Amino acid sequence: MNERLRRSMLFVPGNNPGMIRDAHIYGSDSIMFDLEDSVSITEKDAARFLVYKALTTLHYGSKELVVRINDLSSGLGIADLEAIVRARPDVIRLPKTENAQDVIDCEREIERIEREAGIPIGSTGMMAAIESAAGVLNAKEIAFSSKRLIGIALGAEDYVTDLKTTRSPEGVELMFARGMIVNAAKAAGIMALDTVYSDVNNEEGFIAEATLIRRMGFDGKSIINPRQVAPLHAVFTPSEKDLKKAMAIMEAIAEANARGSGVASLNGKMIDKPVVARAQYLLELAEKSKTMPVEEV
Amino acid sequence: MEIKSIPHINEISAFHGEYNPEDCEKKSTMRFVERQQQSRKVLPSIEEAIRRSGLKDGMTISFHHHFRNGDYVVNMVVDAIANMGIKNLTLAASSLTDCHWPLIEHIKNGVITHIETSGLRGKLAEAVSRGLMDFPIIFRSHGGRAAAIETGELHIDVAFLGAPSCDPYGNANGYNRDDENGSCCGSLGYAKLDAQHADTCIIITDHLVNFPNAPFGIPESRVDYVVVVDNIGDPKGIMSGATRYTKNPKELLIARTAANVIEASGYFEDNFSMQMGSGGASLATARFLRDKMLAKNIKCRFALGGITGQIVQMHEEGLVKKILDVQSFDLIAANSLKNNRFHQQIDASYYASYVNKGAAVNQLDFVILSALEIDVNFNVNVMTGSDGVIRGAVGGHPDTAAGASLTVVTAPLLRGRIPTVCEKVNTICTPGNTIDVLVTDQGVAVNPSRPELKERLEAAGLPVTTIEKLKERAEKIVGKPEPIRYTDRIVGVLMYRNNTVIDVIRQIKED
Amino acid sequence: MKIITTGVAGTMESSDIIVRIEPKDTPGVELTLESDVMQQFGKQIEKVIRETLTDLGIEDAFVNAVDKGALDCTVAARTMAAAYRAAENTDYVWKEVTEK
Repeated sequence: MNERLRRSMLFVPGNNPGMIRDAHIYGSDSIMFDLEDSVSITEKDAARFLVYKALTTLHYGSKELVVRINDLSSGLGIADLEAIVRARPDVIRLPKTENAQDVIDCEREIERIEREAGIPIGSTGMMAAIESAAGVLNAKEIAFSSKRLIGIALGAEDYVTDLKTTRSPEGVELMFARGMIVNAAKAAGIMALDTVYSDVNNEEGFIAEATLIRRMGFDGKSIINPRQVAPLHAVFTPSEKDLKKAMAIMEAIAEANARGSGVASLNGKMIDKPVVARAQYLLELAEKSKTMPVEEV
Repeated sequence: MEIKSIPHINEISAFHGEYNPEDCEKKSTMRFVERQQQSRKVLPSIEEAIRRSGLKDGMTISFHHHFRNGDYVVNMVVDAIANMGIKNLTLAASSLTDCHWPLIEHIKNGVITHIETSGLRGKLAEAVSRGLMDFPIIFRSHGGRAAAIETGELHIDVAFLGAPSCDPYGNANGYNRDDENGSCCGSLGYAKLDAQHADTCIIITDHLVNFPNAPFGIPESRVDYVVVVDNIGDPKGIMSGATRYTKNPKELLIARTAANVIEASGYFEDNFSMQMGSGGASLATARFLRDKMLAKNIKCRFALGGITGQIVQMHEEGLVKKILDVQSFDLIAANSLKNNRFHQQIDASYYASYVNKGAAVNQLDFVILSALEIDVNFNVNVMTGSDGVIRGAVGGHPDTAAGASLTVVTAPLLRGRIPTVCEKVNTICTPGNTIDVLVTDQGVAVNPSRPELKERLEAAGLPVTTIEKLKERAEKIVGKPEPIRYTDRIVGVLMYRNNTVIDVIRQIKED
Repeated sequence: MKIITTGVAGTMESSDIIVRIEPKDTPGVELTLESDVMQQFGKQIEKVIRETLTDLGIEDAFVNAVDKGALDCTVAARTMAAAYRAAENTDYVWKEVTEK
């Protein structure tokens, strides 16, 4: 299990000072300041100044800070990187990733800026959002394209447009993309992050989707409204029953180890390795998802 | 019969001599319909009612605030009084709001020289903060006002009480069961007390109904006159259809935390009692508590105070057994008062007085309140805004805070650039020793006087910190604000619920 | 950097500030400020605007700001955006964070 939980990545429009100020209070695991779609073309410079100043002066505690830049082909991406890399967020999120080369091109720029600014090379993480049919087919090469990648994400709005369909409540149109992305991510040992659910007033639909993607193996989901944090985390919180079972498994293992036996069993069933790994994962998840104390920010 | 032959005749109480038919009022033989039209209480105009009441210079008049910002009664009556040349009056309202700005002229002209109220807003409040009145405004809590009235210390000469329904004999209420005409305000809790104690009680209505207007909030036995006017208020300003749950994520976050605090506090058990403010966060707390009540299968014995549709919904679902309603906040609440047997109208004294023989606030397990400011000693300001100008109301804040076993204040850590948690509040309305927990969007602080509560909340994994840390956190984000500048002149006096002075409001200093 | 035209940045939303910068022929920065929190933070906002302009090498300008409770970082960001726009300059200079 990776160090961090990334159950929830809260989108914060990059030109909205009020939301930028309050982004850390909602308990999301990551905060993603957006310079791309939520910022109109005439305000790209203003949003860049705002996010840069926020990152360099405000305190967000232990939250993971992510900035979504404009893609490099837009002519804005490099200007975004010049500012944002120097402000040192944890992760730069690259939108509209079509192939491995997109990631490599972006990484080259990040590395150049790190060098020019005297920032430790490699300290800026990356994640790639896949938002097209071609991108989905290239999920594997994207996932393996850079050591900086902490995860790959699905951007469903552009993707369904590319497929010439629309999003449905059941998400059947996303099955392939989700399958590709989660599989590619896990093969590369990085995280798989799901797309946003835009109907913020439909909590039931949101929970259904969150439950689905958790079952599929996703590590978390982007969210557009702070109200979605609590229900999302609830979906990712192991149930009491599962936790009890996991604890029983770990106890049986400890007992077997104490006996010097390599074989442990519970209720007459042998416990094999994947079962132990799953139990361990659940317990770690539970430990990390405990209500957070007040952070010193 | 020889009266004097009755033994101990001079010791019999309430003895008025021998019966003589000539001394008695003549029996009326009119039919009901005729009798209705002949009621001597119904007067043709407010002026006539004022004349009959004997209102003179220097007297005290009272009003209620159940019509909120839709009220026409205060302005209508004071205009009439001004036209009649009466001056130097004390206006003792249960509260005043934005729509009462025309009082400014009457204050300047000397018609109104003293004001007692729970709150003040808008242009009138601005003018008062800038030194409009010579005599400071006296702010009392609902309980403090009730106490002052029932002890006779605040003597009401004439009460002018607007009522959405009234019969020709003065049975008045905030709704009526006969038809759907007229406006509606639900409970007349604050007016009931004034009717009880005023020397003269005048009901002003725009909906005269047949006797008996039962059930009634104010009984005819307390009413001297009834005046019918075209409109007592703007129905839209009097009350909205339904108080909506907030969608503001920050308020929801605070509400969710507040509900978790209640759950972990030790007071959330079967047959608990509660009161919620009508602010976004405290109201939303009700929704999260509802989920918890369903999950744990526990019920609330009674909900008190200002009542909203959310409380009514829980009542109708069987989650809240009884409602004690001093003021209905929306139409759903008003209709519930009309239709639900265990939704009871109560008066201000029953609600919150400290001098009567028992007030409902003292039965509260918990109350959820709001704050404009709260300081490191947990003192709360609900009266003056960040610029030092009056824009609020004490209401039942100090009464419920003192009465409830657990008093929770909900507030955002910051409002714009202004920290809510500060070193010292501009105006103390409710003393910190009656506040137990502060819930903000950035952490929970427990009054050090309740260490056991702090332990319980910490054990439940709640984000507990200290109020000093919350203050530091706020200042780290926004910077340290420079203090508001005031002159030495006192424009308002804050009376605590036992009618001792807890703080004063000074005139703001302008460049 | 020299101010050659009118540059405006920011919005009237709560927690934001609109900064308007215009050319000025005479020396010095002339600043007018309206704020919802004038009493508590007026001086601080003015200080941030002036310091930001000094950092950008702007010595002469008319500045008009309407504040809705913006934090210092927002005041600075809006001033920077307005200044670069008013100078018609896109050669932004970014300082890196040295400690993290």
